[in-house]
Amino acid sequence: MTSVFSSALRSSLAAMLAFAALTPALADGNLQPRLALPIYQQECAACHLAYPPGLLPARSWTRIMNGLDKHYGSDASLDPADVQQISRWLQTEAGTYKRVAEAPPEDRITRSAWFVSKHRKLDPQVWKHASVKSAANCAACHAGADKGDFDDDGVTLPYGLSKQQFFKR
Amino acid sequence: MLTFLRRSLQILLLTMLGGMAAHASAADTTPAQQLSQWSATAGQTGRVEQGRVFFNAKHGGDWSCASCHGSPPTQQGKHANTGKVIKPLAPAFNPQAFTDSARVDKWFRRNCKDVLSRECSAIEKADVLAYLISLKP
Repeated sequence: MTSVFSSALRSSLAAMLAFAALTPALADGNLQPRLALPIYQQECAACHLAYPPGLLPARSWTRIMNGLDKHYGSDASLDPADVQQISRWLQTEAGTYKRVAEAPPEDRITRSAWFVSKHRKLDPQVWKHASVKSAANCAACHAGADKGDFDDDGVTLPYGLSKQQFFKR
Repeated sequence: MLTFLRRSLQILLLTMLGGMAAHASAADTTPAQQLSQWSATAGQTGRVEQGRVFFNAKHGGDWSCASCHGSPPTQQGKHANTGKVIKPLAPAFNPQAFTDSARVDKWFRRNCKDVLSRECSAIEKADVLAYLISLKP
């Protein structure tokens, strides 16, 4: 009995592991690290989306975490222990692949070459619309952004914008 | 195999516990306690009308408190830059407001810097809290 149980357990575990190994390849949309850091969510997502760390290189995160008292126009300072914990995690989860190798201007994800290119067909007025406010508000169009899902398939029109207004003419 | 399972379970449990600890809000104070504390420091009781004016006024910068928290702050606010939804600030409309002293201190420090380019004084905090507590459904 025990051996049947343990072999069933073993095979189901093997299946789970195999699935976990395959998942990143199947769902290219999920950009959030598998193991989230609760304090990153708690502190950073109090004001904005918990941006996937992989969207910026380590150098950018270092600069951002060293300048939280002047954070894109806001004082976002934290106590030193929290800064250290979040910084360490960001360093391990920062983007290393080619398109984020270079730090974007002002360490803004929205000014990365890939970001600009991905959004090139949008009317520039979209960013200024009342329900969007800025390009940093991913969730205005990417409904699954908080879960790291930025797939084109999941894009919804922001509230109050028609398809005609959404794209460049 | 069993060791592996046990280790994974341990890690999972530790992660969950860590998450709970980080999320747990230390309900160590109440709005009334905070008000009496700041009033005592200021040597003056917080005043509702002064608080209302202070809350809605700009103090040299682009933003007032109301820019993000709304006016009156009895409903959800919206971050003036990012659009992120902010829970109502008036305690009668949000039972979590002003119940964690570390959180209260952190947000006063940051937000006063954003609005006034300096930290707020005890009487300013007392006035604002007197105003917020006065807002009832």
